[in-house]
Amino acid sequence: MEFLRPADWTEALAAKAAHPSAVPIAGGTDVMVEINFGLRRPDALIDLNRIVELREWEVGADTVRLGAAVPYSRIIDELPTELPGLALAAHTVGSPQIRNRGGVGGNLGAASPAGDSHPPLLAAGAEVEVASVRGTRRIPVEEFYTGVKRNALAPDELIRCVHIKRADGPQQFSKVGTRNAMVIAVCAFGLALHPATRTVGTGLGSVAPTPVRAGAAERFLEQALDEAGLWDSGGVVPPAVAGKFADLVVAAANPIDDVRGTAGYRRHALAVLARRTLDWVWDEYRGKEWGRACA
Amino acid sequence: MRVSFTVNGRRHEADDVWEGESLLFVLRERLGLPGSKNACEQGECGSCTVRLDGEVVCACLVAAGQAQGREVRTVEGLADGAGPPGGLAPIQQAFVDAGAVQCGFCTPGLLVTADALLERQPSPSDADIREALSGNLCRCTGYEKILDAVRLAAARSAAGAAPTAPGPEAPPAPRSEPEPGE
Repeated sequence: MEFLRPADWTEALAAKAAHPSAVPIAGGTDVMVEINFGLRRPDALIDLNRIVELREWEVGADTVRLGAAVPYSRIIDELPTELPGLALAAHTVGSPQIRNRGGVGGNLGAASPAGDSHPPLLAAGAEVEVASVRGTRRIPVEEFYTGVKRNALAPDELIRCVHIKRADGPQQFSKVGTRNAMVIAVCAFGLALHPATRTVGTGLGSVAPTPVRAGAAERFLEQALDEAGLWDSGGVVPPAVAGKFADLVVAAANPIDDVRGTAGYRRHALAVLARRTLDWVWDEYRGKEWGRACA
Repeated sequence: MRVSFTVNGRRHEADDVWEGESLLFVLRERLGLPGSKNACEQGECGSCTVRLDGEVVCACLVAAGQAQGREVRTVEGLADGAGPPGGLAPIQQAFVDAGAVQCGFCTPGLLVTADALLERQPSPSDADIREALSGNLCRCTGYEKILDAVRLAAARSAAGAAPTAPGPEAPPAPRSEPEPGE
């Protein structure tokens, strides 16, 4: 095995081009587990810890450009206003030790359906910026996941950052597991309200081969809120609407039975999470007057 | 490969390190620092917790090469300069006094984590303590005495820092030996 230690991004891209089978390692919270257990013996590791840019973020007018290796602990502490859904999800990752090392780039690189970052990225709207010596491209996050633990990266590409839409309304994240800390999601759900465009975003985790959005549920809820004038009135979402929304969220899932839970349990729990997070975001929307015209 | 980094203020070099080796393995097997414990090797248990450039991390998940040129603090370094020469660090003394140690396997990781917490938040709430220690598993105690120990260390530090305080409070009376079968 080789251990490559590029000093900057240009060197990292050159290393990946020269060693397409090399595995990039930043926080190590996934890669080292596989190596420790003998599940993976890559020809080379590319250590990304020396690349300062990967640990930086910038807040723009509409988006946050989040470096691939910004640790979860900094997202929680420094970006809870701009990226509330992601910050909530980050808080459920592993333990303080894991959150000090792991970041969104690793979650995307591993592309586990259970990764905690995926639902809030899907719900908020995000693009993954990847690069190689050939150039840079941006991939909408919903197109980034291509299968169980598979993603759209070419062998010579590395994840540079994620462009995430800044919150323009309430966002929530909820996850089912056996305890609060160090839990891999049995299922997870992210929900974002976008009052400016009167749209909603969803993200489902651990209930399908890849993280997915529930597009039909989003369209249904947008239409129901619109038709009842709820964006303007701030009225209560009728239980029938919340129930139908939850049903459509579950319809977007395609779970399996595994060690963490059965498909049936996941469907049931996902419906609960969908209704519950809808309650939470709508309560916040009504309370905070997010861009809502005062009646 | 050769890896050199600072451990507890002292420069160390390790040769013939395998590229996939963890920082934990290097500390224990190559540098003779077995205080950090090896248990789950997957970041679940916290028994290998060390400080890497000040931050608490699981040493089992840091590739040895990633520690190159960086500063590591292990449980062996806790007492350095923290208390009387040859004595225990305040957090270690608090664990002893509160009876927060049973089999002792999780203790080094808990000490490093708790020490980092108190450095950042000298007067943590119970919720802060629970969250900070949520990545450190203990299979013996049920955690109550560990929480007591962190509270005790925080209280002693606050008392020591207050100009009018009479000094560190007396440690709790030693516990009687458990009844057989307890």
